[in-house]
Amino acid sequence: MQMREITYRQALNEALAEELDRDQNVFLMGEEVAQYNGAYKISQGLLDRFGPKRVIDTPIAEAGFAGLGLGASMVGLRPIVEFMTFSFSLVAFDQLVNNAPNMLTMSGGQFHCPIVFRGPNGPAHQLGATHMHATECLFANFPGLRVVIPSTPRDAKGLLKASVRDDNPVIFQEVEMLYSSKGLVEPPMPDFDLVIPLGKANVSREGTDLTVLSYGRTMPMALRAAEEVAKAHGLHVEVIDLRSIKPLDLETILNSVAKTHRVVVAEQGRPFCGIGSELTFQIQEHAFDELDAPIARVSMDEVCMPYSEVLEHAALPSEEKIVAAIKATCGL
Amino acid sequence: MAKAVDKQAELKLLYDMLSIRRFEEKAQQQYQMQKIGGFLHLYIGQEAVAVGSVAGCEHRDYIITAYRDHGHALARGMGMNEAMAEIFGKSTGCSKGLGGSMHYFDKKNNMMGGHAIIGQHLPLATGFAFAARYRGEDRVVLAYMGDGAINIGSFHEALNLAGLYRLPVIFICENNQFSMGTAVSRSNPLKEIVNRGAGYDMKSLVMDGMDVRAVRETIADISTKIRTNPEPYWVECRTYRYRGHSMSDPGNYRTKEELEKHKKDDPITNFSATLIKEGLLTDEEYKKMDAEIKALAAESVKFAEASPEPDVSTLHDYTSVVTDPNYQPLPTTPEIKTQNPFHC
Repeated sequence: MQMREITYRQALNEALAEELDRDQNVFLMGEEVAQYNGAYKISQGLLDRFGPKRVIDTPIAEAGFAGLGLGASMVGLRPIVEFMTFSFSLVAFDQLVNNAPNMLTMSGGQFHCPIVFRGPNGPAHQLGATHMHATECLFANFPGLRVVIPSTPRDAKGLLKASVRDDNPVIFQEVEMLYSSKGLVEPPMPDFDLVIPLGKANVSREGTDLTVLSYGRTMPMALRAAEEVAKAHGLHVEVIDLRSIKPLDLETILNSVAKTHRVVVAEQGRPFCGIGSELTFQIQEHAFDELDAPIARVSMDEVCMPYSEVLEHAALPSEEKIVAAIKATCGL
Repeated sequence: MAKAVDKQAELKLLYDMLSIRRFEEKAQQQYQMQKIGGFLHLYIGQEAVAVGSVAGCEHRDYIITAYRDHGHALARGMGMNEAMAEIFGKSTGCSKGLGGSMHYFDKKNNMMGGHAIIGQHLPLATGFAFAARYRGEDRVVLAYMGDGAINIGSFHEALNLAGLYRLPVIFICENNQFSMGTAVSRSNPLKEIVNRGAGYDMKSLVMDGMDVRAVRETIADISTKIRTNPEPYWVECRTYRYRGHSMSDPGNYRTKEELEKHKKDDPITNFSATLIKEGLLTDEEYKKMDAEIKALAAESVKFAEASPEPDVSTLHDYTSVVTDPNYQPLPTTPEIKTQNPFHC
């Protein structure tokens, strides 16, 4: 199939449009999604195309509209609820962690919530302390929530479409810094549906010397770092894009560890109780004897995010930090 | 003939209120005997609200409430057996023993749950009404809460959304005068709770929550109106809970005299006296009804005790659901684009 190059933003927009078109039970709701065409223009043109019943502006009331979406999902609709950023989802935390995943258990299986909560998540650029939380580890701690984070346009489209079709609540976390990044994606075709199953990691680059486990914003950094150590040191680094934190594709991770015996985790969030902590535990539990070196971790620093560009850069994971971790883990 | 039908409906009001009371007295006894765990919040004294309001709407209408939920579930038709078994944590409970006293759900009766975080269920209620409007169904939603719920953010966001999108939700505040042990006058500055609706330009009214007929007529009137002309209502329902907030609460924040005064307003005693006065019930028939209900309540304990515990092998069965492979999407049609049920 002839692929074309589109942005991550356009890929998300296509996914929304295709799912709205496919199923009347799907609707999109959130702040500025309709008349304003989206704070980040992900929903550009959707109001015009689908009308005000399907693409709905809300007041600034995350707990209210997250709960409204959940109620609608309990009776068979399939809402897509946009958060302008997942930092704002924190005021709806109760709906997201106490209602969305619990409904199935509390009702003894009578009710479930086929709903997608989506929006940008994690570090952006100079937004300061409150607007760029990497919230994936918070949601990943609650059984029943899917946590999905695409790093390429193709994954953004295919994973979002799969999320809308999943019968469980999905926390779909986009990467603001990648909205304008480009990649190859199949064009919309009548007989082709780009749906990428949740819970399947992607080996983005194959290698034999070390495995970098990453997702979201740090994925492009990890790939560049792998390129750099290949050129400078002849290292063959495998880079795995987790794509979904939950379900976690442990099989792909362990297969890679069995091949490379060295691991660096590159995560966009903070280290303490973070995704890297969990990955590291799981690897030592299931593949302790495979490891030839301690697992290294590149994370956001353990600080509240400063506004200063210099300090922000110092706090965030970077290609340089990943290169340094790879070298140290390989004894270079 | 019409008279006979009316008589049955009137007697059912009494029967349902008495069922809630006898069921809960039995549940209280089981708790005191340490046969059940967790929290137990009793509805005794407030029965007319659930029974009257459920009688005033249709079975297809959704109801949702907070954690003091036994009354609403029973009023909606849940059997005492599955209700009691749930408190016992047994697999035959309404939520298979996974929910407990605070999380009664009954999908077949459109009982959308007891919800245990204050105000958290009110946005869900707007979602049910939203879905009804989205599909063009003439269902309405009854969303119950205590007076303690009217000060939390979710409450305000839900009322605002319901007003904005003109959703057919009747928000029913069961003002039993205490949020746990805090009197209404100590939790908000309102002269009257009914005034809360004004901030949302919401039609608001007060009803006597100790008078089952008044509750039924009021809810029937509102639900008929908003079924065809969707909009939310704010209803303050004045009632009183006889027992503590939960079983651990001796109720030291109120006097014995106050409690006794309110018991004179008892919805069951008063309504049975009215029915006897109206010739719809005899004292003999009342005693027979009460004995029958007490037997059912006692039977529910036996049922719960004899029921199996959930199988430990099912521990992970309700973490997530397998996506239905046979789900049929409904393709978009051109006319949907022109619909605007939410006026936005």
